[in-house]
Amino acid sequence: MSEAVLDPAGCPSGLAPPSAAETSDPSAFVRKLGRQSRLSLTVRGAKCGGCLSRIEGAVSTLPGVESARLNLSNGRLDVAWSGSLEARWIVDAVSGLGYGVAPLDTAADDDAHKKEERSLLLAMGVAGFATANIMLLSVSVWGGHGEMGEATRQGLHALSGVIALPTLIYSGRPFFQSAWNVLKKKRTNMDVPISLALILAFSVSVSETIRGGPHAYFDAACMLLFFLLIGRFLDARVRRRAWSAARDLAALGSRTVTRLGADGRPQSVRSEDIRPGDQILLAPGERAVVDMMVEGGESEVDESLVTGESLPRWTGAGMKLMAGSINLSQPLTGRATAAAADSLLAEISQMLSAGEQKRSTYRQIADKAVSLYVPIVHSTALLTFLGWWLIGDIGLRDSILIAVATLIITCPCALALAAPVVQVVAAGRLFKGGAYLKSGDALERLAACDHIIFDKTGTLTLGTPRLVSGTDVATLSEAAQLARASRHPLSRALTVAAGPGALAKDVKEYPGLGLEGEVNGVSCRLGSAEWTGAQASGHTGATLFFVRGDAPPVEFRFEDDIQEDAGQTVAALTRMGLTMEIVSGDRPEAVGEVARKLDIRCWTASASPQDKVRRLEELQGQGRKVLMIGDGLNDAGALALAHASAAPGGALDVSQSASDAVYSGGLAPLPRLMKTARLAKTVMVQNFAFAAIYNVIAVPIAILGHATPLVAAIAMSGSSLIVCVNALRINLTREKQA
Amino acid sequence: MSGLVFLIPVALLMGFAGLAAFLWSVRSGQFDDPDGAAHRILISPDEPLPERKPVRD
Repeated sequence: MSEAVLDPAGCPSGLAPPSAAETSDPSAFVRKLGRQSRLSLTVRGAKCGGCLSRIEGAVSTLPGVESARLNLSNGRLDVAWSGSLEARWIVDAVSGLGYGVAPLDTAADDDAHKKEERSLLLAMGVAGFATANIMLLSVSVWGGHGEMGEATRQGLHALSGVIALPTLIYSGRPFFQSAWNVLKKKRTNMDVPISLALILAFSVSVSETIRGGPHAYFDAACMLLFFLLIGRFLDARVRRRAWSAARDLAALGSRTVTRLGADGRPQSVRSEDIRPGDQILLAPGERAVVDMMVEGGESEVDESLVTGESLPRWTGAGMKLMAGSINLSQPLTGRATAAAADSLLAEISQMLSAGEQKRSTYRQIADKAVSLYVPIVHSTALLTFLGWWLIGDIGLRDSILIAVATLIITCPCALALAAPVVQVVAAGRLFKGGAYLKSGDALERLAACDHIIFDKTGTLTLGTPRLVSGTDVATLSEAAQLARASRHPLSRALTVAAGPGALAKDVKEYPGLGLEGEVNGVSCRLGSAEWTGAQASGHTGATLFFVRGDAPPVEFRFEDDIQEDAGQTVAALTRMGLTMEIVSGDRPEAVGEVARKLDIRCWTASASPQDKVRRLEELQGQGRKVLMIGDGLNDAGALALAHASAAPGGALDVSQSASDAVYSGGLAPLPRLMKTARLAKTVMVQNFAFAAIYNVIAVPIAILGHATPLVAAIAMSGSSLIVCVNALRINLTREKQA
Repeated sequence: MSGLVFLIPVALLMGFAGLAAFLWSVRSGQFDDPDGAAHRILISPDEPLPERKPVRD
């Protein structure tokens, strides 16, 4: 951890892991405004104030930058500069700090969600103001009961009405509009009884005020609006978070590609502009955005995100390269075989949206509660009115008054707050524990899961090889002198084991074979068995051989380590009654090894993305509710289709977008995620049960005609408070240490 | 009771002032980045410390 202390890459608080620097030229996304240039970037992994000052600080020191502002809530960095600053320097400055960064196409960046959230916030503020002021007047009416003169009371009621009318029109719009829209389609939703109660309460109060009656429900109408808008606002916030994750997916697609013109000059263009047949240059470290056929150059390609294979593959002329692969050693040229929209990446995006559509048919508990609620409330209010009018014999006016009081008191304040408050509290608690939720109904779906499918590489294992064979220090340091010249994961692992040191002279890299160079005047080779003339050993993991001059080859063995806390996590999840299996795209030996160590009986190796989806469908066909956990592009389809899904923070953007939750800091947050989800579901059910009990008690009081405005105010605010306090209980329950 | 004639308008005016401040703050984007705003206050500009005169005791 010593390097982390010196210069931590990525978020200094450790809330998010550092992202690998990837190169992509953003100059195609720069907008010109007079002599000022602007660029919007989406930054991944920025989670705390330290990130904020580091990123803004690094960007503002670039020459010509006039402003750099990072929005920590949605990860958007807006930069404005003048002069000859190149856009890619900005990207390099941010990615050099260890954050993932992608240019954002502001044309596609639709701010509809932000507008909705803002208008709800404004409506909530207005309703809050009106509630407070009308309550001020109402309390004096209630307090002066019996002593206050009729004229004064009427005056106070009238004043309340004057405040309530514009509030109703302004803050009630979201409900009225939604109710009108569904009524036009001859259907009904929760907003219909809400709108009806609001309008009836207001009109009855106006007529009572004009007549000089004792009761007006202006305060109840405004309070109702206020509580409902709080619930609506929280709900909109949760949904906007989910949406911004989807926007990141779009940003991934809006990468740029280096196209070689007819004269062989490289030019940076947007990936959408690539047509099949275009010649493309793929620099080392760059990720392919379109499927391509390699024509020139030899290199090694990391396909772990596409296939799950943990070792790089040699690639040369005539081989196909899938979008999402990362070029490791030498520049490659090739021709695009498909436009970006038809590439593997886009295909997987389609699998995602298909899965998400399936998932959106999931009905939340809240929806179920509402479908029961609406008819019951309407028929109760109608029966109350008819009962008092026809049987009770108290006249039309009083019957209407009692029916309206019933409608107001049954209005779903507690119901509207029951789910959103729980979601917000649970999400906040999970965030502190290193996991964040991406959709509101994720908690309910997570809570229902009874089976977990793990991906192997990068999920159960660290995804990076580690040197395990004990070789003497001298040989290791010599081999490391060669290895420092390469980007190959095994070379890097060797370098990590050897620590800092010198670089060998004249190192040449032969893709697919190994490295050659001069160490202390002796020609040495580092690479595969055939490259060094060694005998392949029986090691199941990856191996490297090192030959110094004519000496016999030395073997270096590597293993992809299992995450430190994987064993504990699997045990904890088993105790919670979950069954587990591994489905990986890696070789059978590697998968079997991990499965044996973690004591997971059921595993599948060499699974293609389609195999993963098929296995998932098979399990779901048996009625299992599956939680999918994976990090690669090859998992994305399964992540989107599963009943619920989670991805580690180091996962590819597209996988993070496809999953319901993203966790960081090893596997430890997983049991906590499941526990919190189950607790949240329990609390939600309790809240709905409470809302039901509340109605069982309050409705008879209202039907019997005892629901005065004072009773309504106490009942409504009391029930809303209890629901909120119950939700806060999630924060109080302490984690049992396993 | 005549106090009401000016007490109620005063109460309403104060309420309105609060509401106006809230509307202004929402419209000027102060609620756009609640996470960032919470952290921004803790960030001090990174400048070299002013030179201190040696303290003699």
